Amino acid sequence: MDTIFALATAQGKAGVAVIRISGSLAFETARALCVKPLPKSGRGLRVLIDEAGQVLDEALVLTFEAPKSFTGENIVEFQIHGGIAVVSAVLKALESCSDARIAEPGEFTRRALENGQLDLAQVEGLADLIDAETEAQRKQAQIILAGALGELAEKWRADLIRAASLIEVTIDFADEDVPIDVTPEVSALLSSVILDLERETAGVRIAERIRSGFEVAIVGAPNVGKSTLLNALAGRDAAITSEFAGTTRDIIEVSMDLEGLPVTLLDTAGLRETDDHVEGLGIERAKNRAVSADLRVFLVEENEILDITVQKGDIRLLPKADIRPEAGNTISGKTGEGVDQLVADISSQLKLRAASAGIATRARHKDAMNSALAALNEAKQILQNGPELYDIAAEEMRSAIRALEMLVGRVGVENLLDEIFASFCLGK
Amino acid sequence: MKHSDYDVIVVGGGHAGTEAAHASARLGVRTLLVTLKRAGIGVMSCNPAIGGLGKGHLVREIDALDGVMGKIADLAGIQFRLLNRRKGPAVQGPRAQSDRAIYQSEMLRATENQESLDIVEGEVTDFIMIKGHVSGVQLADGSEISSKSVILTSGTFLRGVVHIGDVSRPGGRMGDKPSIKLAERLDSFKLPLGRLKTGTPPRLDGRTINWDVLDSQPGDDDPVFFSFMTKRLSAKQVSCGITHTNQKTHDIIRENLERSAMYGGHIDGVGPRYCPSIEDKIVRFSEKTSHQIFLEPEGVNDHTIYPNGISTSLPQDVQYDYVRSIFGLENAKILQPGYAIEYDYIDPRTLTSQLSLKDIPGLYLAGQINGTTGYEEAAAQGMVAGLNAALSCLNKEPFVFCRSNSYIGVMIDDLTTNGVSEPYRMFTSRAEFRLSLRADNADQRLTPTGVELGCVSDARKALFGEKMDQLTKARDVLDRQIFTPTQIQRVGIKVNQDGNKRTGTAILAFPDVNFENLIALLPELSDTSSDIRRQVERDALYAHYITRQQKEIAAMKRDEGYRIPVDFDYDIVDGLSNEVKLKLTRAKPESLAQASRVEGVTPAALALLLARLKRDNINKARAV
Ligand SMILES: Cc1cc2nc3c(=O)[nH]c(=O)nc-3n(C[C@H](O)[C@H](O)[C@H](O)COP(=O)(O)OP(=O)(O)OC[C@H]3O[C@@H](n4cnc5c(N)ncnc54)[C@H](O)[C@@H]3O)c2cc1C
Repeated sequence: MDTIFALATAQGKAGVAVIRISGSLAFETARALCVKPLPKSGRGLRVLIDEAGQVLDEALVLTFEAPKSFTGENIVEFQIHGGIAVVSAVLKALESCSDARIAEPGEFTRRALENGQLDLAQVEGLADLIDAETEAQRKQAQIILAGALGELAEKWRADLIRAASLIEVTIDFADEDVPIDVTPEVSALLSSVILDLERETAGVRIAERIRSGFEVAIVGAPNVGKSTLLNALAGRDAAITSEFAGTTRDIIEVSMDLEGLPVTLLDTAGLRETDDHVEGLGIERAKNRAVSADLRVFLVEENEILDITVQKGDIRLLPKADIRPEAGNTISGKTGEGVDQLVADISSQLKLRAASAGIATRARHKDAMNSALAALNEAKQILQNGPELYDIAAEEMRSAIRALEMLVGRVGVENLLDEIFASFCLGK
Repeated sequence: MKHSDYDVIVVGGGHAGTEAAHASARLGVRTLLVTLKRAGIGVMSCNPAIGGLGKGHLVREIDALDGVMGKIADLAGIQFRLLNRRKGPAVQGPRAQSDRAIYQSEMLRATENQESLDIVEGEVTDFIMIKGHVSGVQLADGSEISSKSVILTSGTFLRGVVHIGDVSRPGGRMGDKPSIKLAERLDSFKLPLGRLKTGTPPRLDGRTINWDVLDSQPGDDDPVFFSFMTKRLSAKQVSCGITHTNQKTHDIIRENLERSAMYGGHIDGVGPRYCPSIEDKIVRFSEKTSHQIFLEPEGVNDHTIYPNGISTSLPQDVQYDYVRSIFGLENAKILQPGYAIEYDYIDPRTLTSQLSLKDIPGLYLAGQINGTTGYEEAAAQGMVAGLNAALSCLNKEPFVFCRSNSYIGVMIDDLTTNGVSEPYRMFTSRAEFRLSLRADNADQRLTPTGVELGCVSDARKALFGEKMDQLTKARDVLDRQIFTPTQIQRVGIKVNQDGNKRTGTAILAFPDVNFENLIALLPELSDTSSDIRRQVERDALYAHYITRQQKEIAAMKRDEGYRIPVDFDYDIVDGLSNEVKLKLTRAKPESLAQASRVEGVTPAALALLLARLKRDNINKARAV
């Protein structure tokens, strides 16, 4: 059976992340990342490096020999620092240094079940666990499919079904009035999917996210103390702060590390009615940016309503605590009052999201895209030989489609037949 | 307990029924075939041809288990063509035009000569029920025959309605009466039914066709047979004619569309998309100005011509007009008008993988009654039901055809897992392991099991054994020695000078290398017969892909090992969505593998299911 690995803890929920590797080659796989041999005693600290020899992290490495492990197979666990960047780097290194693959959802548990490692009580408790997993997955699928990747995936799906149906029609209806050589059209379809996949797997989108981090916008009326707060959070003079309203014309960005999560704070132009054309543009831009940010911190008075909708999880505070008589839900960048609390609130919000966006899931998607890519490239190559090797080209396409199934939902043979019968007049 | 008259009774002497009866009798159990008319045994209700893509695979698999269809089709074959000859061997399919009369008479003879098999003419009107178990049949004359199980293969006879234009009347096929009484008994079982339709073209008098002006299509020079046992041609060979519809034909049809049974709204059933009527083709593909027609002789001594491509449910006078608008058919006489037929089928999700009904012990269903179309699909199901009904009488383990060993397995799994929405026909694209499930290796895949079960004749066993000996010998020679690139290059084979040593098999996988090229390296191979040479080449061609698929197959096999009890209650599985619960409840999968193929079932849902199955097992073990 394949050796598999995945992030076993929820990202963001703890300072420590556990990456679990299970399978007959678990020890070899883990060894590929460690500078020194695996600990004989079953546990020890090891420096992890990637293929290029770059240090990734120092990990507590635990080894469990089959059958005395969670899954009943050889297992290695890396306990590493919980940041997204570190976790994703280690997962990536595992992927490129070995034949092991990212685990399917529920796969560790499934192996444990298959190898009889769980007793009745545990099996009974399991439903809840997997249930939670399903819910997270459903959310994850929704997030992915609602975004740009979803649109792409739909297009790939349509293109691949079309390509496969062209090949299959020449195979299964050879005796009828159908085109004989469909190589050019199929090649063109494959090329466009290959191009998209290459761009996706190069990790442009995801890497960007992790590089530029989550965006948190500070919004409020002019001169309410947004820039001062930003400076307090960032600990340096990032935005020009002045006593006069409307100083922050453009959007000021400050990147920082908030308890392990990369965060970009946005200081936006004060929101107010204006006749100044330039300022108006700035306000419009600020609004758009604020709306699309991951989280908004509203600095507003009790009954004040801004022209920006409050989204789930957003934080609302009373500004300028220093000149306010009442205590409570207030903050001041000037005195630092409430700033620690705000940092804690922001990071707990974002960690929650990082958890449900699960980078292990994303890595699995990337894994799927990579194997699809390999198969499609192979198929394109074979197609050059024309109809005589269509059976083999079709097999490569099948394996690509299978790999993408997880990403795009099922592409069953029925879809393929639908396409065939919609496009060709068949039946003697 | 009263001794039953027979072990297995097969109802219906069509393609499913004959194959079922033979399979059961070959296993040595006392078998009875009850059919409306003895002369109806082996009748081809429509196109007199066997095989094709996917279908040819089915026939080879039937033959590998010593079934009758392949052998009879070889005897009756009047034009053999291997489809996809220029493509890879995995997608090549043998097909033959049959002499309808020979097929029928040979099938009847084979059936009469089969040991342990009796034939009775009669209409089955009811089942004998003992404690909810189907235990025999009642005939129209009131007589009763008892048995341990019954296989129903009544084709389109369930509430069949024939339509010619706006005229319709009940009937299972032209000239046959539908089985209304039996339908009522089935109704009492409350099985989910669906309605389908299919059509057939008018038959023409070959003597009135102007053959001289038409193109013709001859058979292959080196015919490829269905049966692994057949060595030579039997019947006289003929060619088919080819013509086309034209603008005028299309105009006539378009003008009369509302008089067609289908377009006039007389038919509700769903028809197959791959076998559309000419009306359908003209409406759906209006941009096409011409459609191809094959003029297929129905026999050597028969002047009936089957015009393949113009099935219809238009009224007789319109059929006459449009036929005569076609090139070469200007004076053609119609012997029998085309018609459409509508019929009931039983949702195959109610069946087990042995084709027995999950809820009605003792009753098996096979053929068109399960929502399929085609002689081969029917015969293949007959094989499954016949073998398993007999095995169950012998108290033996069932024979399970699966997706990784046969097209038959693919079909059974498709039918019982996801049901049908149109008449189900086999295609090679339905088989995910297409490269391993080839027509050429059907015997290697199935005959050993057939030998084990005892449904294979001594003659076939001996022939197969000989073939395997030769194959093993050739493979051993090929794998015994490894060669350096220099050695390979020296005999004129182009190879990467990468220093890797290769076996004969590995060299054979190169695109431009054939078996003959290897004899220079391995002279022992020179006495290998040409059949074996080609077989080894085909295996080598796909070796890489087959190894890769083995992993997929292994995972599937593992999941097939997790059996789900028939009465499993999906409602008690925490965490499954209602939609998934509903789908699983309807499909009642037999194993975790089958559950995974039910549309909409996710990996996490499977893990939940597995957890529940484990828990039930542990509970059971504790209770013991
Ligand atoms: C009009 C038409 C056109 C078709 N066109 C094609 C085509 O072009 N190509 C193709 O591959 N397939 C075609 N088919 C499908 C193909 O004929 C069937 O799928 C196949 O023959 C089904 O086999 P079967 O054994 O299930 O049923 P059938 O071959 O229909 O056999 C049913 C048998 O059951 C007997 N029977 C029925 N009721 C009773 C009873 N109560 N008691 C006793 N005996 C009974 C009948 O006498 C008959 O012998 C067509 C079918 C029809 C009807």
